[in-house]
Amino acid sequence: MVTEAAIWAALDDVKDPEIPPVSVVDMGMVSLVAVDDAGRVRIEMTPTFVGCPALDIIRRDVTQRIIQVDGVAGVAVAFVFDPPWTSERITDQGRQRLASFGIAPPVREASGNLLSLDVVPPCPYCGSRDTHMENLFGPTACRSIYYCDSCRQPFEGMKTV
Amino acid sequence: MENRPVLVELLYQLADDELVIGHRDSEWLGLAPHIEEDIAYASIAQDEIGHANMYYKLLEELGEGKADDLAFLRPADERKNAVLLERPNGAGTYLENPEFEWDYTVARRLFYDLFDAVRLDVLTRSSYTPLAQVAAKIRREERYHLLHHTTWFKRLATGTDESRRRLESGIAKAWADLGGLFSLGGVPTSEVFPATTTDLVDRFTAELKPLFADVGLAWPAPMLMRPPLGLDGRRGQHTEELAALLETMGEVYRTAPGATW
Repeated sequence: MVTEAAIWAALDDVKDPEIPPVSVVDMGMVSLVAVDDAGRVRIEMTPTFVGCPALDIIRRDVTQRIIQVDGVAGVAVAFVFDPPWTSERITDQGRQRLASFGIAPPVREASGNLLSLDVVPPCPYCGSRDTHMENLFGPTACRSIYYCDSCRQPFEGMKTV
Repeated sequence: MENRPVLVELLYQLADDELVIGHRDSEWLGLAPHIEEDIAYASIAQDEIGHANMYYKLLEELGEGKADDLAFLRPADERKNAVLLERPNGAGTYLENPEFEWDYTVARRLFYDLFDAVRLDVLTRSSYTPLAQVAAKIRREERYHLLHHTTWFKRLATGTDESRRRLESGIAKAWADLGGLFSLGGVPTSEVFPATTTDLVDRFTAELKPLFADVGLAWPAPMLMRPPLGLDGRRGQHTEELAALLETMGEVYRTAPGATW
């Protein structure tokens, strides 16, 4: 009998193709795991960005990993939009792993204002808050580019969405 | 489904709008004012093409055919995008003597982003749940485009005499086609799209007027609700430039039908 917990544990092995230390669970992309009596697994995932080119790779990687779990007879991965992915879904562990990769986790704003350019993340390298935005857009749809005025290091930050 | 014809018509408008402006955005790559803007436009174009893909997939689910075929193979007179979005970025082409107009791009993009924000708000209240859910997600992404172009709009308006003069010329050019954005073509107000053209225009105006006032720009004459030349893109009426765009965009797809990437 396959447990949902076993599936969740295996999903933590599936990394974001563009951010290797961070798993799809860390990113908050998994919204539902269901296992039936026959060992068939249904996984619902919510895309970080609608146009993310990594979605097909993620679907493939999830399928390949989960089919290896003992007792799994089949895997279906569906992308859903309810609830929509927001950067609040990234777990605390995910935030730490993002920072370890040099990507500042999304800024959390109590105000609910998603798009203030005045709120900048601390530098993931030196921790300084003396940073500024260089470009709202970055190397992938979900990231912006910042610069640390303290250690003089450019760095990326996940967008708050 | 009772409302299917209306829903299909609406989805073609959404998908075609995003696809065509996304293609125009992509033509800036390598030509944008500076490298940060090249990067920004790579992301913005990718977002828009991704949104178009999503809307085409909703059409695919409704039995309209394969999403890629809908994007690449439909002739110009079946396209439902607004004419404003198909206009070239400027004289020349991507490969030959591109004399693209950044001022026009900023004005057109800002107007479209604002219109799209208003439209997405309406779509989140659509009775067709899959569309309402997608719209709620896309709205969160589009905020970045609106913020970006608002920043550029203010920067050009308050920069130098030349940047302001150029922006005014870009605004005038985009404004001439603006009315066509608000045409709903064959989509009547209904549970699927619970708003009228007047609702959209009023909300758009209420958002944009303060921005013009902020930077001391005169509010242009009332927008023409019929585009010049009588072209209503929502009814399949387009310029020659759309046919050329589709020719370029679909070239590879048509050359190797059935190829997988």
